[in-house]
Parts: sequence; structure tokens; C-alpha cells
Amino acid sequence: MAVATATREELVRRLDPIVERHRGKKGITIPLLSDVQKVFGYLPEDAVEYVGKALDIPAAELFGVATFYAMFRLEPQGKYVVRLCRGTACHVQGSGRIGEQLQRALEIQEGGTTADGMFTLQYVACLGCCSLAPVMMVGEEVHGRLTPEKAVEVLEGYRARRVEP
Amino acid sequence: MTKTVVRVGVGSCGIAAGALAVLHRLSEVLGSREDVVLKPVGCVGLCFHEPLVEIEREGQRWLYGEMDAAGAERVVRDFLATGEAPAEHLVYSTVTEAPENDMLGKQVRVVLRNCGIIDPEKIDEYIARDGYKALEKAVHSMAPEQVIAVVTESGLRGRGGAGFPTGLKWKFAREAKGDLKYVVCNADEGDPGAFMDRSVLEGDPHTVIEGMVLCAYAVGASQGVVYCRAEYPLAIKHLNLALEQARERGYLGRNILGTTFSFDIYVKEGAGAFVCGEETALIASIEGKRGMPRPRPPFPAQSGVFGKPTNINNVETFANIPWILVHGAEAFNRYGIGKSRGTKVFALAGKIVKGGLVEVPMGMPLREVIFDVGGGVPDGKTFKAVQMGGPSGGCIPAALLDTPVDYESINATGAIMGSGGMVVMDEATCVVDVAKFFLSFTQRESCGKCPFCRIGTKRMLEILTRISEGQGRPDDVDLLLEMSVQIKDGSLCGLGQTAPNPVLTTAKYFREEYEAHIRDHQCPAKVCSALIHYTIDAEKCIGCTKCARACPVKAISGALKAPHVIDDGACIRCGLCLKSCPVKAISVE
Repeated sequence: MAVATATREELVRRLDPIVERHRGKKGITIPLLSDVQKVFGYLPEDAVEYVGKALDIPAAELFGVATFYAMFRLEPQGKYVVRLCRGTACHVQGSGRIGEQLQRALEIQEGGTTADGMFTLQYVACLGCCSLAPVMMVGEEVHGRLTPEKAVEVLEGYRARRVEP
Repeated sequence: MTKTVVRVGVGSCGIAAGALAVLHRLSEVLGSREDVVLKPVGCVGLCFHEPLVEIEREGQRWLYGEMDAAGAERVVRDFLATGEAPAEHLVYSTVTEAPENDMLGKQVRVVLRNCGIIDPEKIDEYIARDGYKALEKAVHSMAPEQVIAVVTESGLRGRGGAGFPTGLKWKFAREAKGDLKYVVCNADEGDPGAFMDRSVLEGDPHTVIEGMVLCAYAVGASQGVVYCRAEYPLAIKHLNLALEQARERGYLGRNILGTTFSFDIYVKEGAGAFVCGEETALIASIEGKRGMPRPRPPFPAQSGVFGKPTNINNVETFANIPWILVHGAEAFNRYGIGKSRGTKVFALAGKIVKGGLVEVPMGMPLREVIFDVGGGVPDGKTFKAVQMGGPSGGCIPAALLDTPVDYESINATGAIMGSGGMVVMDEATCVVDVAKFFLSFTQRESCGKCPFCRIGTKRMLEILTRISEGQGRPDDVDLLLEMSVQIKDGSLCGLGQTAPNPVLTTAKYFREEYEAHIRDHQCPAKVCSALIHYTIDAEKCIGCTKCARACPVKAISGALKAPHVIDDGACIRCGLCLKSCPVKAISVE
């Protein structure tokens, strides 16, 4: 489970505006957690507990929602989240092999983060760019018509970019 | 002055292919010219030719494909200088011969009527093409019951896949008692291989909004929700912008168009769960809970969002509504066969030449959709099957290619119409692998409520995995079939009830391929990695070392200019060596 990322004061300072934004509304769990995740990049345990207490929502309910939906992450992520599409169109065009190659090149499993904190590898259901299959997203950028070699080259490109400001 | 319109397709797929660079360059080049209008537009459907640039003058159109910034600048400059449309890169035209004229000519555009034509960020462009005309007509001159009657007469059925008659659904919601009613648009397009709804929301958000407002007027609702996948950021952006504009113009909000009718819509982002496409799970998710389905009745029409009467339709269903009210039920009814009226949008993907978005009249035979519109299978390979309906659907084999696309005929094959994903498979696709792929998806996405779905899909996946590894047992296929029936019967919602469909259809039409894996330990399509072996023909090998360098696990050895050898134990069957060999000395058995 995640380590505490901030002091108590900092937690309060960063979370209170979110708490106030959602106070008194119904059906807020998903947008609430989504806002917390935007602040930290993931859902730190103490942050979830804090907003739960402040809004009188049991932590169990919040964690229940957080673990149900693919969007929520309970661990810190790499600088770039690599989302490899594993939709049907990408599958028949060989995205499975690309995933294997990325796992080897990055030396991580699906869901893992590289030792240098650069990349987190995720498999996602469908990015909706089926005609460019196989596809992956790196951060917010989409890369299409991949091969195993090309996918690795794309990520090497991001690594090289790190030295730039 | 004759204006020239230049359009650049900047839907998600266009952007992925590099369309933004094209748009920027053209905007620099055309910046100050008053005789040219540059428009960013949504997806016209020819995704395989992205990025796309279209030139229009005096109603005549020329569409160019595979554009980069320099190419687009050249085409547009040439056209403006000479008044002649260059022939190179031309893919479609209303005036001259072009390669995709037939492809677009066979289509009928009702849902996609504005996609790729209008700038989705400008409400005036929507209004100029009969936008919000249906709403004006309805609120000023029609009773809600009359609106429902027109929708019923049109024969429109739910485009999310199940095909429930839309008019009837609205009637139930109208008759439900309640002071507050909801209209929900299901934009949680979760089927892998489907992107119809994304394109409509990105390219023409107002038609969906107008459809929802019309529905609210008909059923007496005051609150609307669009439940949209968070994976579609551009769709969400365009939707929110369109909602804002619609409010400003009085098409949405309090006292719509000066009447006593009030209705507003907000966008709810999904958080990534396939099961939320099921309506009761979707409602739970809107309420902020884990998206788990519940038994019906009560149906959402009686008790939906926060216990209030709720009418849920899919994006494409709503997109049809304004057209139907403007042109009349009869005009819509003219398209289609039997009980399936109107058109259907399909996302063509997989092993197909012209992958993209197409809209065809219901009843067109699959063969025509895949071969005449979609261009057939690339690389001289043979068509094997088409997968329809995503993880809930099935594979339709070549022998049934004359099946017309209508709800009943597609259901009879064991597949379902689904939301419109069509993934084409060729001879190099293994059906066991495909079935395994879908089961691993449904197994992962099962919400866990019903044991038959939660445990059953897991067990089916295990059996499929052992078959694909050559460890299958003689009665495994029968066991799969037996479990399929139990999972269908023992599951509460559509996810579990349809999860076995990919296995049922592949086992029905391709049983021999399953048997080959089990009995002969062979994968005829040469896909399942545990059952294939790569070898180098020593006679053909020229010792160029390319394969050894391509191999990611160093399983290939050999001296320069001497035949190379693959260590079968170390080989991971990635196939990279096969592609790297310049003399085709490597084979897979």
C-alpha cells in the first residue's frame, strides 16, 4: 500500500477544496476519487481516508469503488503511463506480441512501473482507434500501426526526450 | 466571391494519424485569406486514409487521403492557384473518378449525416443543416404522444445491440408515474473493436443532444445524463461545449424555446468498467456506486436513477431521432428489411482493407458490407469469419456471408447485432485464440455478483488456455458447451448471459479447429505459441545474421555467411525473425 505522500497539513491543504466542492451532493464517489487522483497521480490510502471522514462516507465504500473501476490506481504511476490497446482489432493485428516485447524491453509485467519511474505499462480494453491497430497511448499521445520493434522505438524516443526541458 | 471550404478531419483517429500538424500548417498558410474557410471536422469514416483533407467549392467536393502538412499545403495551394483539383492522393470526389467513390456511394448517411461535414464546435453549422428544427417542430406543434407515435412508426430499435423498439420504451417511460424523470444516454462504448459512438459524439454532438431533448419532451423528463467513457476525452470536450451552446440558444435548460418545458443535461464520466454498459449497472455507477447490475423488474422505466423513472438509450439511437422527426417516419422506414428499419453504423476493423466507419441500410448482406464497402481482406489472404457484437457476440463464418444485417438474421447465426463492431478475421486468425481472448476479457470484466459468471468464465478460460497449449482433453469442447448453457442460464445480466457466445459460435462453425488443437496438438492458423515451431532452412539461409540480431532472446546462433539455427527451447515464438529474413528461409510449423 502506498506510503504517506505528504504531511498532515499539506494533505488538509490540498484536499479541503475538493471536499468542499463535493459536500452536500449525492452520487459523488467517482468524481470525488477522480479529483483526489488528479492531485496525487494515484489514490494514497491516507488521502482517501481523509476525504471519507470529512464527507461522512465509509472508507470501505470509497475503496470498494476505487477497486471496482479500472481508472483508479492505488499505487504511484510512472512519468508516462503506457496504455497498450488489447481490443479485438488490435488483438487480431498482433498486439499480444507487442505486449510481450514491451514487458521484455521494460523489464516489467503488465501493471508494473519501470525501475527508473519512467513508464507504467497498462493493458486497456479499447482506445477506439481500431483502424490504426495495433495502437498504444503514451501519456496523452496515440501511436498507431505498431510492430513489436516500433513500439519499443517509440518508448526509447520518450526516454531520450527526458533530457530535454 | 466564391468561398472555398477546406476541411481537416481531426477526430481521435485523425489526430492519432497526425492531422493536427496538417491543420496547423493549413491555418498558417490560409490564415488571412477571406475566400477560404478552414474547418476542423469530425470523422468522415475513411479512417484507413487518415489524415484527410477535403476541399469544397460550389457544392463540389474533393477528398484527399494520407495527407501530411507539406502534402496538404501543396494540394490546397494548387487548387487555389489553378481552380483545378490535383489528382494525386484524391480518394473521393463528387465530380471526378476516385478510388472510394463506390465505398461512400453504397452508404446511406442518417446518423453520420454531419460527421466530417460540420465543425462540431460550432452550433450554427449544425443549425444550418436542419439542426434543432425537429425540436422546434415538436415543442411548438406536437403533443408528446405524437412524438412517441412518430418514433414508434419509424420502426427504430435500440442501436446499443439488443434492438428493443424505441417507441415502446418511450411509451413505458411516459406512462410511469413520477414528478422527476431522467433521460440517460449510454455512451459507455465498451465493446473492444467498436468506435461508432465516439465518432458521433466527436463529430456531431448536437444531434445526440437534440435527440435527448426530444426524448425528454416525449416522456416528460426534466433531467438528462450522458454517461460517457473517460477514455474518450475529445468526445467529452465536444459534448460539454455543445451543451453550453445549446443552453445559450434556449434549446436546453429552463423554458426551452419559450415553452413551459424545462430539461437540462450533464455529462457523467465513466471510470472504466465494461459491465456499466448494462443499464442497471450504469444507473448504479451514475449514483456513485460500484457498477453492479441488479435484477429487473423493476425496470428503469419505473425505477432508475435515484429510484426515479428513467429512459436509457444509446448514442446512435438518439442520433437518429432528429432526422426521423424532420423527414418523417416513412422516410426512415424506407430503409431496411423486416423488423429492422433504417440504417446501422458499423466500425469495420481487423483484417480488412478499408477499416473505418460505415453506415449502410439495414438488410445489406454481410458480403456486401465487408467486400464491396470494406474492400475485403488484405494481402491476398482468405476471409475466415467476421466477429460481430464484441464479447457478447460471435463469429460468423464465410458460409454465412449472405446473411443480411438485420437483428433477427444476425441472431440466428449465434452472433448478435451488437452496437456495430465488425472485426474481420482471415486465415491467419485462430478461433481458439479468439475465443480465449474474449473469455479473458469477460472474465476480467465480470463484476463478480453471480457465481456462474464469476467462476464459470474463469473455468472456461482455463479450459481454452489448456486447449491452446496442446493440453486439451478429448471431451473439453463438450464441457465448454455444457458450461456455456449454465452460465447463460445462471447469470443476472447481459454480460454473463452472452459471455459464452464467442465460444458457442466458434465451436459451432469451427469445431474441427478445436479438435486439431486437442487431438493433433496443432494450431492450423499457426497462432498458438505452444503449438508452433520456427525453423531455418539451412539450404536457403545466407548467414546474413539479421534474424539473430532481431531475436529478442538470443535464441538464434550461427556464424556470418553460415546457416543459422534456432534453439527451440529458448525461442519465445515472437515471429520477429520471420519478418527480418530477406530470403524467406524461416518457416513456422
